[in-house]
Amino acid sequence: MSTAIEIPYNSTERPDTGLYNAKLGVWLFLASEVMLFGALFSTYVLLRTGADTWENGAQIGLSIPLATINTLVLIISSVTMVMSWASLKTKNFGKYKSYMGVTILCGVIFLVIKGFEYAHKFENGIWPSTSTFMAIYFTMTGLHGLHVIGGMIVNTYLWGPGAKMWQTDPERFTNRIEVAGLYWHFVDLVWIFLFPTLYLLPGK
Amino acid sequence: MSDTHHEDVQSHVKTYIKVFVALAVGTLVTVLASNIHLGIVLGIIVALVIATVKGSLVAGFFMHLSAERKIIYWVLVLTAVFVVVMMGLIMFTRQDQQGRQQGIFAVPQGHVPAHPAE
Repeated sequence: MSTAIEIPYNSTERPDTGLYNAKLGVWLFLASEVMLFGALFSTYVLLRTGADTWENGAQIGLSIPLATINTLVLIISSVTMVMSWASLKTKNFGKYKSYMGVTILCGVIFLVIKGFEYAHKFENGIWPSTSTFMAIYFTMTGLHGLHVIGGMIVNTYLWGPGAKMWQTDPERFTNRIEVAGLYWHFVDLVWIFLFPTLYLLPGK
Repeated sequence: MSDTHHEDVQSHVKTYIKVFVALAVGTLVTVLASNIHLGIVLGIIVALVIATVKGSLVAGFFMHLSAERKIIYWVLVLTAVFVVVMMGLIMFTRQDQQGRQQGIFAVPQGHVPAHPAE
């Protein structure tokens, strides 16, 4: 005789928190992510204030047009992500697939553009060891890029095989999209601060 | 945003579009502002203020923080406290280092350290 243990509060709200468990879980995870990126931004501040000179991103060859396009791409992906969740809330699975597909595509475009930027640097002999600025640039954008890849893996699963849950437990599936969206928006939010910090702030 | 109904979602979609337009405009404004020679301090302040406004829009509307449960606000308040402490410690370290370089915290000449390592 086998007994299946049902995990509680994956679609209904816990009486004490007022949230389903995954939502509280992802917010706690995002809190740890804030500390991770906060530590790197603190490092940037320490390195910048401690240096006699500091480069401006454009002056050392960072492409502001490409970074601006990437910013817009991530903003579009955030909108399509939240629209995919809204589509499920209105029981429109077809729209969900379309919006989530665009979100994944935006992730691909972001990474391809970032790849071009990295390749251009490497071709010109610019590496993390070239300068303190480039060291923090590659560290922060590299870690952010890994987060984009992580989000794309989850989103692709939820667009493909994971979407079967819509047939069996639509409410739980909608909640999954919401928490995946919270993570994706956070990745967008980090880039919103990375973009001016690395590309636009004046040097000294 | 746990008690979302069909009509609420429809009105939220309109808000998402407005937020998207605001974020796109904010991005262009921050790029244009960086081309104006505002000086180092003002340039940094302007760029970070625009980024903070954009970040607040993403958190408030896309992440639904404008209408969330209390426990999430408390989690974020606690996180913010830790971030401020972390940044503060780093800035104190920097000031301490500057103080030593400027001789403010220098050990007086002729001082015999209590410990050899001092």
